[in-house]
Formats: sequence, C-alpha cells, structure tokens
Amino acid sequence: MRCSHKLSVAFAAAATLLLAACSGSGGDASANGPVTLTWWHNRTTEPMKSIWQSIADDFHKAHPDVSFTIEPLQNEQFQTKVPLALQGNTPPDIFQQWGGGSLTSQLSSGKLADITQASSGWIGPLGQAAQGWQSGGKQYGVPYQMHAVGFWYRKDLFATAGVTSPPSTLDELNTAVTKLKTANLVPIAVGGKDRWPDAFYFNYFAIRQCSVDSLKTAVEKKDFADPCFTKAGENLKAFLDTKPFQDGFVGTPAQQGAGSSAGMLATGKAAMELQGDWNPDVMQSLTEDKDLDSKIGWFPFPAVPGGQGDPNSVLGGGDGFSCTTRAAKACADFLGHLVSEDVQKKLAATGSGLPVHPAAVASLKTETHKKISEYVSKAPHLQFYFDIAMPTNVGQALNDAIANFFAGQGGPDTIVKSVSQAAAGNK
Amino acid sequence: MMSTATSSRPLTAPSPHAPAAGGARRRSRSRTRLELAFLLAPALVLFTAFVLIPICVAAYYSLYSWNGFGPLTDFVGLGNYVDAFSGDVFQSAIGHNLIIVALTIIVQLPLSIGLALLLNRKLRGRTFLRMVVFAPYVLSEAVTAVIWLLILQPGGFIDELLRGAGLGFFVRQWLADPKIVLYTLFVVITWKYIGFGVILLLAALQNIPAELREAAALDGASPWQATRHVVLPLLGPTIRVWIFLAVIGSLQLFDLVWIMTLGGPANASATMVSYLTDHGFKRYEFGFGSAVAVILFIICFTFALLYQRYALRRDTEGAQTRAVN
Repeated sequence: MRCSHKLSVAFAAAATLLLAACSGSGGDASANGPVTLTWWHNRTTEPMKSIWQSIADDFHKAHPDVSFTIEPLQNEQFQTKVPLALQGNTPPDIFQQWGGGSLTSQLSSGKLADITQASSGWIGPLGQAAQGWQSGGKQYGVPYQMHAVGFWYRKDLFATAGVTSPPSTLDELNTAVTKLKTANLVPIAVGGKDRWPDAFYFNYFAIRQCSVDSLKTAVEKKDFADPCFTKAGENLKAFLDTKPFQDGFVGTPAQQGAGSSAGMLATGKAAMELQGDWNPDVMQSLTEDKDLDSKIGWFPFPAVPGGQGDPNSVLGGGDGFSCTTRAAKACADFLGHLVSEDVQKKLAATGSGLPVHPAAVASLKTETHKKISEYVSKAPHLQFYFDIAMPTNVGQALNDAIANFFAGQGGPDTIVKSVSQAAAGNK
Repeated sequence: MMSTATSSRPLTAPSPHAPAAGGARRRSRSRTRLELAFLLAPALVLFTAFVLIPICVAAYYSLYSWNGFGPLTDFVGLGNYVDAFSGDVFQSAIGHNLIIVALTIIVQLPLSIGLALLLNRKLRGRTFLRMVVFAPYVLSEAVTAVIWLLILQPGGFIDELLRGAGLGFFVRQWLADPKIVLYTLFVVITWKYIGFGVILLLAALQNIPAELREAAALDGASPWQATRHVVLPLLGPTIRVWIFLAVIGSLQLFDLVWIMTLGGPANASATMVSYLTDHGFKRYEFGFGSAVAVILFIICFTFALLYQRYALRRDTEGAQTRAVN
C-alpha cells in the first residue's frame, strides 16, 4: 500500500476530469431567440415516427426560431430515463407524459413547466381530456390523443355460438360466455402475464359499482375503503368464477406473438378481449388476415346491476407531452400546435388513438374508432386507469394485487388494502 | 488482493540487483511504482467510476424513501432493509434464487461432467456434437427467452411433441402454473448454460495427460476407477471455478425470468433482481430498490469471499506459491 497515496491523487485528478466531462454544458436558451427543443417520444416505429418528424418540420418552417432534436425511445425506457434526466441538468425539453400520478411524482423534481398560462388560449376544446395532465389545478402537460378501454370481439365467432347482439349487461355477457363455451370456443382472452390487462377488469367493475364522487375521492386519497370497491372485487370474483378466460391465462402475454391475447383474437382463437382502442393495430401485426377490420367489433363494458356508477362512464387514459422549464414557452407553443385541428386530423387519420380535438373525430380511419370516440365524448365520466391516476408505487401495487387475485391469491379485501398500504409506504 | 500482491512482490521475488547501491535500488523501485500507476490507472479509474462509486451511491440512496425525483429528504435509516426482509415476496424471491442455486449444482454439474467425459472420447461427429451442446450458450438470454416462450406456449411445440409421443397427460401450463413455473425456467437455464460447463470441463480434460490414465490402467484400475480416482480429482479446480460462476449467475438471475414471466404468476418465479426491477423501476421506489440491490451485493460478495477463502484458495495457492518454490 505504499504507492497508495500517489495513486489516490492520480485517481482523484482523473475522476475530476471524468466528472467534468460528463456534466456537460447547461442550457442557455432565453425565452426569445433561436432555440432547439430536445424531444423524447415513444414512437420508434413507422408510420408515427415519420409523422412526428414531419409535424416538427412543419412547425420549424412556420417558426424558424424553433428547431428540434428528436429522440424516439422505447416505451419501457421512459421508466428509467425520465427520472434520471429530471435529476440531471439537461432534461429533454419535451417528453412523453401519461399524466396522473406519475406526473405528480415528477413535479418534485422542479423541472416540469407550468403551462397553465401558455395553454389558456388553445386548451379549451380538449375538455375533460386535459384534466389528467393537471396537478393542483395547474396544467403540466397536454394529451395529443386519448385512449379508451372496451370489449373487442369477433363477429364470426359470436355468430357461430349464436350470440346475436353484443352484450350490454353483465348478465348478457355471462350468457354469451356460456354460449361460447358450449360451442367449444374460448370466450375471452386476457394477457395476465403483463398484469395491466387484469387491472382493466377490476377498474371497470369499480367504475360500474362506485359513484363518480367515490371514485374521485378514492383516487385522490389513495384509499379504497369505500365498500363499493370491495363489492367491485366481489363482482370480479363472481365473474372469474365463471372461468371465462383461456387456459393458463396468467402466463399469456398481452401483445407479443400469435399466442398472446391480442394474437388469439386476431387469429380467431378467442372471441373477446377487454383492451384499449389501440388493439386493432396490435392484432393486425399478429395476423396475415387482411380482412381483420371487418371481422372485429367493439362494445362498451356492460352495465352491472345494482351499481351506482354510470353505465356510460369509460375507462381510459391518453398520450401526451410535458415541457421542462428551460424552453417552456417554445415547447408550449408546439404542444398547442399538436392539439390544433389540422394536426389532430392528421393524427386521427393514422388510427393510433382517439383525437383530443372534437373536430378531428371525422378523420378517424374506421367506423369502430368513430363509434368509440363518440362513446367517449358522451361519457359522463372519464376514469383514468387507476395505476396511472395514482402515484406509480400505489398504482403498481394495486395492479400486482389484482394480478395475484387472477392467479388465485388473495381476495377483494387484499386488492382494496393494497392501495392504502402502498400509499402508507409499505412494500 | 491487488495491494497485497504488489507490496509482497519485492519480498518474495528478490530483485536481480539487490546488493547494489541504495540509489539504484530506489530508482528501480520508483520506476516500478510508475509502471504500476501507469498500467493500473485506466482500469482502476473505470472500476472506481462504474463499480465502486455506484455501489456507494446505491448504499446512500438505500437509506432514504425516494421516488427518484427531487432531493433526498425522507431519511428512513435501515427501514428499507427491514421492509425488504419482512416482505413475503422478497423472502420467496430469495428462496427461488436458492432453489435455482441448489438445482444448478445438483443437476447441471453431474450433467456437465457426464457430457464432457462423453464428448472427450473419440466418437463419430464429435466436433458436431460439441457444437450442438455449446450453441445455446452463444445465444443471448433475450433470444433464448423468446424462443422458449414460443416453444412453451399452450399448444406450442413441447405440448404437441408430448401429445405426439402419447404423453399428452404430461402436458402442463408450463409458464402459467405457479407450482411449475420456476422449474420450467430452470430447464431453460440448464439448456442455455450447460454448454458453458461442458466447454470448461472439456478444456480441463485436454490438460490431463493420457499417461496418467495409462498408468492407472497398468495398475489394474477399471475405466470407472480411473475416471473416479484419477480424472475427477484432476478436474477439481475447474469444477470449483464452475460452481463459483454458476452460483453467482444463479443469484443474479434476471433476463430470462423477466422476459418469460415477469416474475409471475403471483410472484411464483420472482428472483431478487426481478423484485428489484419491479420495485425500483416499475414502482419508482428507488430508495427501496437500492436497498434490495445492496442486499443482493452483500449476499454475492460474502459468498464470493467465503468461497475464495475456503474453496478456491487451494487451487490458487497451488498455482502460485508452489510453482515459485
């Protein structure tokens, strides 16, 4: 160890150099003058990747002062990269934002820009869609498209089993399940491996069982003690007891491969799936069937007898962006551009989500998507997915409890308790 | 390790001009130091920046309840560690890792030795067979996981193979049954890593002089006795190194599990690292996740030290000290 002193000095010097090299230069953009916005979005594949590029190019033409550095990232990478970036000195200026509880968590970094003022001129048409990107009454981001969850079904398999019309009540759904089973068909596919598809069921049973006030209070207080949530869990249990899913559903992925739940629906191996409006695109990528769109239909989650929830309330969420403080003004202007009628029409035509601007609904690709969009716009209440609406740790704890319940562990009370326990900091 | 090696070197290996004047000796010693600094510095800087500092930072984070954003304000002391050890899921995750460790040693080791002995004999298509055994090891864990996901899916290759062979009653929900899933994963792990053990042991077998076997045969030893009393003891050092690598690998098992089951269903295949990822990154509990990472580090490090001290020391001693004497 005699050499250690000299060596440690050398290391210290080297480490300092290394740190200096890593820390980089801070932003120097002022509110006016040319600015380059770094934009992280999650569309790594075509056609959306090029569409974002062209929208940015158009914006740059109209506003020569604003240029873009676009970095498409895989969805999962946002989980790890955003916290790190917001801790660092050079976060992206615009980044993918799903709103709700994770937005609130990110606020403690102090890097998210409050765009309440900057967005006041154009946010009106978005209506209740914009609420998910608010915290404490302030706007910290904007959705550019919304999503809604409902049942996708195979018209051909329904016909085979003698189910004449899409179920509108839980009883009718149960009857349909029985008929499909009698016809030796898998009634419903669910991607239990991924956990979040399981959560859709509990979320919807709660939305149908609980009043809007109960839902809002529960999410805000992170406490599902209201008896309606236990009742929702019991309804879910009764539904699971009818064994409506494919064999081994707790190990089935939602979207990967023909054996996934979306793949089963796409290839006609299952008759229904409770999924988001994005499902047709996912299904199309898993089958050679070019005629798929005509074979599938959509119906809302059925009404549950005795529930206090409005049968027209809808479960969903959306994709949006947040700005960080460095170039908040230019970023907010760009977000305003994204939700403007023209851009919204362009986005709607891709079929990757439901437009946030009502005028763009007509541009949706399929009749089914128009139907969903109409259903959403008329919904008395749009309930954000619970896992997104609440802080991430609470939402994931809830999803895990629901997934465990699907795998035969715990009961309605464990689901209800998981929320308050996670909120209290228990692991 | 490194420091003892460097400081003890002048003692065990006397410098050629030991009796020379003090000045020359000092110059050569300072030159040695310069060489050491020059040669070690790049590696040590990298090691410090990417191993030591992150470990210290993780240990620091682990004392806070922290969601990854904003300053560390909520100091909880060892609370995260208490929470981890008192949680059912983490306990079962440690249990799953230990099951994999045990199975690896009980199943993979005899299998590797057997295959290596077999492939060391002169037989037709030996090169091809060696390649077949080793091929899975070359695949990345992600590719392996995706391939096996397809093979094991309900109604997939394995199920059809069993049904075709009249073993339909043996078909299970390989990845969906909580009682089976861990063992299914172990089979995949074995498929992937058996080639590594075989290659190591084959290399060791090549180093065993044929004369030893011949001498044993002349002394009247049966082939089994020669293998048992001559070959196996000589494979000892390689086997001990393999066990070390296999145990550490089993404790850090992640990629395969994450892609194939996400630790499910109902945490039936959760490992320490999948639990860490679930909590650290999916739940944004970075303080807690760091605590789990530190626990994992301590477990691996303790094992590594004890194993080096009690199992590997014989081998390394034999290699260094005795050769010098």
